[in-house]
Amino acid sequence: MRRKLCLGFLVGAMAALHCAILAAAFIAPYDAGAQDRDLPYAPPTRVHFRDSSGWHAPFVYRWIPDRDGYRLDTTTRYPIHFLARGESHSVLGIFRSNLRLFQVDEPARLLFLGTDSFGRDEFSRLLYGGQISLATGLLATLITVATATLIGTIAGYFGNWIDESLMAVGELFLCLPWFYFLIGARAFLPLHLSVAGTFLLLIVVIGIIGWARPARLIRGIVLSARNRNYVLAARGFGASSFYLLRRHILPETSAILLTQAALLIPQYVAAEATLSFLGLGVSEPVPSWGNMLSPLQQYTVLVSYSWLLAPAVALVITSVMYWLLADVLHHWVQSHSIN
Amino acid sequence: MKSIAHLTLVVCLLAAWGWAAAPAPAAINSSEELQKEDGEVGQYGGRLVIGQRAEPKTLNPVTATDALSREVIGRCHADLISINRVSQKTEPALAESWKTSPDGRSFTLKLRKGIRFSDGQPFDADDVVFSFTVYLDEAVGSPQRDLLVIDGKPLVVAKLDEYTVRFTLPRPYAAAERLFDGLAMLPKHLLQKPYREGNFAQTWSLNTAPSDVAGLGPFRVKQYVAGQRIVLERNPHYWKVDRENHRLPYLDELDFLFVGGEDQQVMRFEAGETDMVSRLSSENYALLRKEQSRSGWQLSDLGPSLEYNFLLFNLNPIDAGKMNEIARKQAWFRDLKFRQAVSAAVDRDSIVRLVYGARGTALWGNVGPGNKLWMNQSIPHPQRSMEAARQLLKSAGFFWNDSGQLLDSSGKPVEFTIVTSSSNTQRMKMATLIQDDLSHLGIQVHVVPLDFRAMLDRVFQSFDYEAAIMGLGGGDPDPNPEMNVWLSNGATHLWHLNETQPATDWEREIDTLMQQQMVTLDYGKRKKLYDRVQQIIAENVPFVFLATPDVLVGAKSQIGNFHPAVLDHYTLWNADQLYLRAPARGVERAGIR
Repeated sequence: MRRKLCLGFLVGAMAALHCAILAAAFIAPYDAGAQDRDLPYAPPTRVHFRDSSGWHAPFVYRWIPDRDGYRLDTTTRYPIHFLARGESHSVLGIFRSNLRLFQVDEPARLLFLGTDSFGRDEFSRLLYGGQISLATGLLATLITVATATLIGTIAGYFGNWIDESLMAVGELFLCLPWFYFLIGARAFLPLHLSVAGTFLLLIVVIGIIGWARPARLIRGIVLSARNRNYVLAARGFGASSFYLLRRHILPETSAILLTQAALLIPQYVAAEATLSFLGLGVSEPVPSWGNMLSPLQQYTVLVSYSWLLAPAVALVITSVMYWLLADVLHHWVQSHSIN
Repeated sequence: MKSIAHLTLVVCLLAAWGWAAAPAPAAINSSEELQKEDGEVGQYGGRLVIGQRAEPKTLNPVTATDALSREVIGRCHADLISINRVSQKTEPALAESWKTSPDGRSFTLKLRKGIRFSDGQPFDADDVVFSFTVYLDEAVGSPQRDLLVIDGKPLVVAKLDEYTVRFTLPRPYAAAERLFDGLAMLPKHLLQKPYREGNFAQTWSLNTAPSDVAGLGPFRVKQYVAGQRIVLERNPHYWKVDRENHRLPYLDELDFLFVGGEDQQVMRFEAGETDMVSRLSSENYALLRKEQSRSGWQLSDLGPSLEYNFLLFNLNPIDAGKMNEIARKQAWFRDLKFRQAVSAAVDRDSIVRLVYGARGTALWGNVGPGNKLWMNQSIPHPQRSMEAARQLLKSAGFFWNDSGQLLDSSGKPVEFTIVTSSSNTQRMKMATLIQDDLSHLGIQVHVVPLDFRAMLDRVFQSFDYEAAIMGLGGGDPDPNPEMNVWLSNGATHLWHLNETQPATDWEREIDTLMQQQMVTLDYGKRKKLYDRVQQIIAENVPFVFLATPDVLVGAKSQIGNFHPAVLDHYTLWNADQLYLRAPARGVERAGIR
């Protein structure tokens, strides 16, 4: 019972995170690239419910630039408007809308996580950046899983020299220093790519690196499944290789594939973040959890503006969630394979 | 036995103490012609620790190009005529006086008599002639050779007697005496042999034994520990004295620690492990200012530096087959109105505020307010105006489509790439700000950070770039060092390199004016010529000038005679006069938290 509760909580949290990031344009108060040059490095605005005159609907105060930073202008309350009109955005690329979850009246700004050096809202960028980082992780994992399944199945099913040569290539990929390979691969590419181009490239490059380990696992499963009684029986009845694979063998691999995917996703999200952190991934002004952390390489920024660490916290939370999911899947696989 | 052991111990201790102590200044000999410095009188003793970004590469003054090597070498050697970093004017150094011939081509310098190198050997005209022979030798390949060659002809050095030298220039050269600043005089007795043997460029590497290195500067090399530090000790024969005839320098030792980048240098300074920090960024300066009242540091904002940052467009003629995208976009870049529109749209105030933390100045030309003697004050400083930018673009044949994108006259969307060095966070920020500014005009700009060397390769060799953000300048306020940038065949004429002849009329006019000012000796006339050059540059926008940072430095409170300057070397140019004050009783020592 407790386990089911924990599982439910985990699934709920992951769903919430992914939905929030998917709906970034709706939840984020501002656009990712919207600069406010009068408010660089502004601290987060706290949401207040009460002031000297009593309780109110949630409101914020405005930051006024001061000699050495900012001070709060507590004379005026700026209530938070829910489901209000803001900057227009496109919903799933289908239609445009300007409905946003939170807004405040100008000249105040709703800054849940402060601003960066250009006055851009960190919270909005976190959500938009999550789209890039998570999508890269998910799509790259898809490529890896697809490649691994293909190669592992071919190696495991046909055996002999095909198996040996494919696994040898796999070993080569396993001992590649993936970090330097990523950097090197990026360096070979043209100087400038469109945002979509960079995105696609990142996905392909990251995805192609990690196929070897899942491929070996799948090969092992296919090898053992190939000689099961029911498979031999089906072959005896004249089933083609394709039918055998589709109907009997590949379903065996689904459990391990899911676990592997759950392990790979956070790894790939981190890979994208690393590349962007070093300036080799998505470039300004498109946010990604990696390039949002890039300014923190400077000592003064790291020490003085700690709210900019939000993407790091997001990365940790995402990774932990996926590892917990992988753990759950692993237990589920084990309990099923006993049968 | 016991007494022998005791004796040995005492002898060892004495030897260790003797080795560890810096040499005392040599007693003053009446035959020495010493230079008297007018500054505050300090006290002897102490050791100054300075952080460096990385190890210097060499101790050889002739071949050193990097700033780290020059920082160390500059303290060990002296020149004939120096530029005082605070007044920015020339003053006597090893040459105690000089006469110029009426035609401005010959300089006869009288050297100080009785001066000795740091190893005790005498200095005379032979060393000067030898030094210039080495600097001018093409086989040695000194980067300073270019400064001594005018119109393709090198200057000629002749020894007139033991302490008199004459320099003859191929033609009159304005401010020729500024040429001598920074040219170290070399000891012939140590370097003649390697020079004759042809391996001069390899001599005086970092690993050279300190006894094989000698110079006329305030300090000499004591010890080099690879990967950690290089320690300089007092030159006991230094030729300067203070007002009360005490031989300089006051300090016993200068210790250069290899600590790392600016962040590490600031951390060490905060911890009290280093005594000085130079060229801070505004963020680090603000960080140090917060603790200043407690620590008593001397923090100075010296005002705008002499360097200038700019956005540059690729106007080099390129092979349209190989780089057809860039060739197509050059049609926009070549249009003066396009460049003027970009300049009108750039938000320089935000660059100063957000990139330099308000410790900087906006620029509309290559000579900014830091250069009081040469700035053309009448060049317009137009405020940012999107309206003006739009008007300019409209009149150049650009137009906007329904979604606000800017299109050129043939209907193609206007977009280009700015490359900049990934290690320079300030220029990266400028690129992001400009990207946002131009997006309001409907121009899509992509920012591509590149490794510094890769960027230089594209700008200087392959021309495979569209626009770049770079910086130049900073050495000397005098216009002559800027010749490389503004002469049409100059080595840093970045927007259009390797011109065999001027590509436009205005470049031709700049060529003529710069050549003229080079040989005009009167300051007033030179100023008029250089003013006109600045005006032409402002009108034709080969660079979109952006901003310049202030020079920000810091030092511990105990350092006396600390007079930082806007010119290199910002904090150590008067290392011979720096001294450590004993801390007053009751004052918290800096750095102890």
